[in-house]
Amino acid sequence: MRSHSLQTLLAAVALIASGFASAEAPADFLARYEAEARQSTPGFSASAERGEKFFTSTHGGEWSCSTCHTKNPAARGKHANTGKAIEPMAPGANPERLASTRSVEKWFGRNCKDVLGRACTPGEKADVVAWLMTSPR
Amino acid sequence: MNARFPARALRTLALVVATGAAAAAMADDENKQMNIDHPVYRSECGSCHIAFPPALLGANSWRAMMAGLDKHFGSDASLDAGTAAVITKFLVANAGRRDTSGTDGSPQLRISDTPWFRKEHRDGHDGITQGIFRSEAVKSAANCAACHRDAGQGDYSERNIRIPKNGARS
Ligand code: HEC
Ligand code: HEC
Ligand code: HEC
Repeated sequence: MRSHSLQTLLAAVALIASGFASAEAPADFLARYEAEARQSTPGFSASAERGEKFFTSTHGGEWSCSTCHTKNPAARGKHANTGKAIEPMAPGANPERLASTRSVEKWFGRNCKDVLGRACTPGEKADVVAWLMTSPR
Repeated sequence: MNARFPARALRTLALVVATGAAAAAMADDENKQMNIDHPVYRSECGSCHIAFPPALLGANSWRAMMAGLDKHFGSDASLDAGTAAVITKFLVANAGRRDTSGTDGSPQLRISDTPWFRKEHRDGHDGITQGIFRSEAVKSAANCAACHRDAGQGDYSERNIRIPKNGARS
């Protein structure tokens, strides 16, 4: 029992530590996704305008990204099913955003599946990051 | 003088003990703090909704839920295997002792579908009105915090319940 809870504690500490260790800046994500996108599309350059369009449109399903996050990245959103508040997406309004690979990759993974029924491409992620970084203007 | 002192002291002591007992009994009745105390659980399972109290489902229900996070009530809530294992341990260790299998024998995944929940939240009980769970202000029985204001902290005490007006906008 003791070693069991100790293990859990250690695992929890390791998890939290790994979260801190990977603290990054928004620009790191932009650079990384652009670089990935260039592997299939040489000369790719992220566009905040495309990112906004992508974020605020539906993609065949019921939800857009804005359904939960609103059309304003500096505003608080609300989960479409549960009503729970979601803190702003823009790093300019919420310093915890675009700060950890673990969190960013986890949520792109889940939310793209829910909204597009597939993973987002590196190009789409670069565009979204570029748009979030321009806000609040 | 000498004889009265201990009598008075005794009376005071008796009063203190009685008050203490009453306070303890009241705390039992009114404080309903449920254990959600695990940082990984709270952050991972408290992002789309409040972190629900593990004690409100049996271990089999939690195991079944954790085995299907990619299709979680219509949302993708998938986690890496390591994090999922840590959370499963916490949930199972703090699960309710009562089995929460449905009539067909498969584990129930919704707290709000369990007989306990339905009984505690039946129409007419303590201000719960018909249709309140579907109202604009509550939306879903899973939105515990619409009524239990400190549900996010695991607090389900009666004094922290505020039932929104039916149909009111939140
Ligand atoms: C059904 C509701 C919902 C939808 C739709 C949704 N999200 Fe999210 N998203 C969330 C929640 C909840 C979080 C976690 C909030 C938190 O950490 O406070 C989140 C977090 C994120 C994050 C994490 C940011 C970080 O730095 O950790 C990103 C990026 C994100 N969403 C992008 C998107 C994109 C892109 C779309 C559209 C493809 C989208 N979301 C659609 C609910 C949603
Ligand atoms: C990506 C968003 C998301 C994440 C992350 C998430 N959930 Fe959920 N969960 C939902 C949605 C959506 C519902 C359905 C809500 C409703 O019907 O109102 C739900 C419902 C539930 C319910 C049933 C509530 C009821 O009706 O009684 C439980 C229990 C639950 N989740 C547990 C968990 C656990 C445990 C985790 C962590 C492993 C977790 N959830 C993580 C989105 C999420
Ligand atoms: C529409 C309002 C409402 C919603 C939503 C709601 N509850 Fe309740 N809950 C109540 C009321 C009213 C009571 C009765 C209090 C009493 O026993 O007098 C109650 C009682 C309880 C109790 C028993 C408290 C005690 O004193 O023993 C628990 C635990 C509880 N609710 C948990 C939940 C959980 C978990 C959820 C979400 C899955 C939830 N509730 C959603 C209104 C609500």
